Amino acid sequence: MTRLTTGGLIDRTTVLSFSFDGRPYAGHPGDTLASALLANGVHRVATSVNRGRPRGIMAAGVEEASALVQLEAPFPEPMLSATTIELYEGLVARGLPGRGKLADRPDPARYDAIHAHCDVLVVGAGPAGLMAALTAARAGSRVVLVDEQPMVGGSLLGTRGELSDWTATVLAELTSTPEVLVLSRTTAFGYYDDGFVLALQKRTDHLGAAAPDNAARQRIWRLRAKQVILATGAHERPVVFADNDRPGVMLAQAGRTYLNRYGVLAGNRILVFTTNDSAYVAAVELAEAGAEVTVVDPRTDLAPFWAAECARVGIAVRPGHMVTGTTGEERVTGVHLAAYPSGGASATVHCDLLLVSGGWNPTVHLFSQARGKLEYDAELGAFLPVAGLPGAGVVGVRVTGAAAGTVSLAGCLAGGAAEAVAALRDLGVAAQPVAPPPVGTDRVERAGLVLWTVPVEISLDGSDLSDTRFVDLQRDATVGDVLRAAGAGLRSVEHVKRYTTIGTAHDQGKTSGLIASGIMADALGVDMAALGTTTYRPPYASVSFAALAGRDRGAIFDPVRVTAIHSWHIEHGAQFEDVGQWKRPLCYPRRTAFGGLEDLPAAVARETRAARTGVAMLDASTLGKINVQGVDAGEFLDRIYTNIISTLKPGFVRYAVMCGMDGMILDDGTVMRVSDTEFVLTTTTGNAAKVLDWLEEFAQTEWPDLRVHLTSVTEQWATIPVVGPLSRQVIAAVAPALDVSNEAFGFMTWRSAEIAGIEARICRISFSGELAYEVNVPSWYGIAVWQAVFDAGQPYGITPYGTETMHVLRAEKGYPIIGQDTDGTVTPQDLGMSWVVSKKKLDFVGKRSFSRAENLRPDRKHLVGLLPVDRSVLLAEGAQVIADPDVSQLPVVMLGHVTSSYRSVALGGTFGLALVRSGRDRIGERLFAWQDGEVVPVMVTGPVLYDEEGARRDG
Amino acid sequence: MTAEHVSPSKLLRPLSPLDGWQAAFDALPNVVAVTEIAFMAQLNLRVDPSGPAAGAVAKVLGSALPTQPCSSTRSGEYQLLWLGPDEWLILAPEGAGPELETALREAIGGEPGAVTDVSAQRTTLALSGCASRELLAKGCSIDLHPKVSPMGTCVQTLVAQTGIIIVARDETASDFLLVVRASFAQYFAAWLIDAGVELTGAC
Repeated sequence: MTRLTTGGLIDRTTVLSFSFDGRPYAGHPGDTLASALLANGVHRVATSVNRGRPRGIMAAGVEEASALVQLEAPFPEPMLSATTIELYEGLVARGLPGRGKLADRPDPARYDAIHAHCDVLVVGAGPAGLMAALTAARAGSRVVLVDEQPMVGGSLLGTRGELSDWTATVLAELTSTPEVLVLSRTTAFGYYDDGFVLALQKRTDHLGAAAPDNAARQRIWRLRAKQVILATGAHERPVVFADNDRPGVMLAQAGRTYLNRYGVLAGNRILVFTTNDSAYVAAVELAEAGAEVTVVDPRTDLAPFWAAECARVGIAVRPGHMVTGTTGEERVTGVHLAAYPSGGASATVHCDLLLVSGGWNPTVHLFSQARGKLEYDAELGAFLPVAGLPGAGVVGVRVTGAAAGTVSLAGCLAGGAAEAVAALRDLGVAAQPVAPPPVGTDRVERAGLVLWTVPVEISLDGSDLSDTRFVDLQRDATVGDVLRAAGAGLRSVEHVKRYTTIGTAHDQGKTSGLIASGIMADALGVDMAALGTTTYRPPYASVSFAALAGRDRGAIFDPVRVTAIHSWHIEHGAQFEDVGQWKRPLCYPRRTAFGGLEDLPAAVARETRAARTGVAMLDASTLGKINVQGVDAGEFLDRIYTNIISTLKPGFVRYAVMCGMDGMILDDGTVMRVSDTEFVLTTTTGNAAKVLDWLEEFAQTEWPDLRVHLTSVTEQWATIPVVGPLSRQVIAAVAPALDVSNEAFGFMTWRSAEIAGIEARICRISFSGELAYEVNVPSWYGIAVWQAVFDAGQPYGITPYGTETMHVLRAEKGYPIIGQDTDGTVTPQDLGMSWVVSKKKLDFVGKRSFSRAENLRPDRKHLVGLLPVDRSVLLAEGAQVIADPDVSQLPVVMLGHVTSSYRSVALGGTFGLALVRSGRDRIGERLFAWQDGEVVPVMVTGPVLYDEEGARRDG
Repeated sequence: MTAEHVSPSKLLRPLSPLDGWQAAFDALPNVVAVTEIAFMAQLNLRVDPSGPAAGAVAKVLGSALPTQPCSSTRSGEYQLLWLGPDEWLILAPEGAGPELETALREAIGGEPGAVTDVSAQRTTLALSGCASRELLAKGCSIDLHPKVSPMGTCVQTLVAQTGIIIVARDETASDFLLVVRASFAQYFAAWLIDAGVELTGAC
């Protein structure tokens, strides 16, 4: 066991059982899976993705590039870092060979999202972030402080409890201050425009199976801040050498964190390879904890303080040396040393843990996402924010602490407070920086050496596999891969990233990206500053799709819009179809004599027969409806529609078509005139919002002089067409005061009348060719009036019908559906509807385009009817229409396509509508529809196949 | 088709979009209370706020139209909600719609403007309780903090995936009026109940 008996932030009084790779282990609350494995002496955790090499734990946080595991219980979750999983009772995990496996069942956990707003958002609760948050909180601001760890402190958590009393005091003050929200276990993973930051909070992951069912396991915080302060710290980076991927090779700060935070001494014979002073404290603390420690430092001019400290605790220091390689398989057993930079005087030293520090990469991801400028600092060997993004009048984004390149603790504390004061000043709030707690002298005395990879020529046998100098452990990408990219002529780090895949894994290159750039710069002999970095993109850390989906799943995945009559349809066995977000009855299958349910063709045959020979009713409430008011309403509609509307008299209804500026049909519907200054028009169901926007655009931007106002009334009215030769009797029964005779209430007129005591607007319009009355009532009364009509229709066998029957009825009459029989390239003339295009009006939207040469071509595609020669064959909607049945020679000349296809009782067989080149000139011709590899002969007809003379509309 | 028809006398009454949902609302934790206020009269009003019609409708409504963006005014039984620079939604008691529509149209007379009865276009919900703001925050990006959205604030926005009008009715962000399209009302109700799952018994 390598767990120390005391120290750390773990609760030794509680034992948590877990299993890894099938073996049982024990850990404690406060552990991560990684620290618990190390405490049990487990270093090998995973296997590399391409080369199958043993891999261990290299970090103690989110930057981990190696220790990839899959959780199996309580629910399978792939591709997680062992270093970011808080241990819980009953955890079952296994190491991954680079790829995980998605669960084969739905995740039962809840995931949700919440919006929050603040004056100041502080990302990171380390020394700088705590100072910033406290300064803003004391100024009375609304503050949100997010931090990825379960407890505040940031880098202090890896120390021997430095400032722990202070952090506890600060946390207590923050959490008790109104308007301050501290979110732990929360990773800000993306900065978007204007202070919009997304963060993922892991709320119950750490509870395992004990997580409450009703609590969201993970939550996306959608944070909107007026000022943002990024105190995101820095990630230590390694130095690359041969066989640097062995289990037991770890970042120096990680070794220190496992010791101080988790009470785990990860090795007994430890070699620390560092290019800078920051790793010495780790070396000293590990030695004091009982390890035998050797420090290897390529620099020769060592800091006197650290030289003395090493001497004090018995650490052997080898200045002017470097690590060139390692030995071992499942765990590092030794290290090859050589003089730096010559590579001479090589030696091998035994060890069971190799800690590496190549310096620090400030965590500038969010700042860069905010379009903050970065500049290369040659001394630190890192890209630093040039300056914060100013925040006066806009959202400021400031960077402080180690993220800004500040090395000393005192500097981080002071910087956090100062940035908060500056942010508050931009908000017009005068604030004082809070006083920092006293800290000791900073002991970084000598500049670090910037070293990406040790300067050793290695002999490669020509195969990729002989290069073991791993830059990106997760991608098994090596120094050789980077050099090959340079050799292939790549000069941009973005290209190198794609060529080598470095930085594209779950860790997004937190430890490898800059090293790859550095190797590239050295290889090309260019300055790092000129080479730059790859682009930082969200997410900063992995976010599961389940979290992003949140509550938008299952029944509330997307709004289901229902009409006022919906519950009746359900009670009466309707089968529904989705029309946009609407649920509409497709048909109402009846029980058959054999106890089953009618299929769709049988139900539609019955429903269409009722509409053509008796009476039937439809819920058409989903039709878009727009109220148009104003003294210029008629003029406005004249300009919008292709036909004249202003001449319509109150009490009358007109069918109308509107086109885009290209002359192509946009939508169609009816226009009812309510009064001299008021109209109500209808749109197709799926086009309601688009048409209203279209009309508003013209009203507001093109013709602002017209006195006209538009108001959506789609859901104000329930719309019930009562259709069929017997519909007059039914309407007469429910509206006894209404004279329903054709003389008093003619086609294309409307009347106000009471239906069962409810004030209704009844229109004599027909989308079936049959006598029909469209009943409109305020939607509250929709279901009552529907039931009243249904009851009154019982003596006549009234039959509710769905959208499929509606389609058959309209297609038999050649009435097009905009968006089905048209596709944005079809003019009214193409549909054979020149009659709907006014020749008298001076102008209207689309008019000019009708005279374009292209629109006058005789071989444009026309809407025609198609009758299969074999009237039992159903044409496939979308099937190509061709003239020559010989399809052995491709390509075949295509004349058009089938737009609508149905079985028809009234026509005694199948039929279709199609857009066919010069279609009207081909009426009577025999063409072919090519579908499912078969050529189906069809006869071309006019589009109106039923009641061409229009004899049925008046009953 | 079933032969058991509900008797007309029972059905010849208006049915609100959220008829039948109150029991589910009542089952929410007591830190929120949700009630449908059905059949409220609602009139969409369009006038030039600086023209003579605005003054004329103000007389009818007993109050000037609010012109501050995202605000609303109470005037006796009426609530005047600012929807846009020349658009308001007038909320009035159930049944008051036709008479008020006539009065407003007469007041506007020949001036530019429009009055449209949209009473059945949307339904309204009262949301109250100390967790109201938290509940809405799960689907609404608007800052409803009382400092930012004081009493009377009226915004048109999205909650989850439905358009909605939110009116703040007190100074503690614990009383809101929610006005939602009739066809989206059941989706919104289902969303509200789902969002309330995690609310605890205390604020």
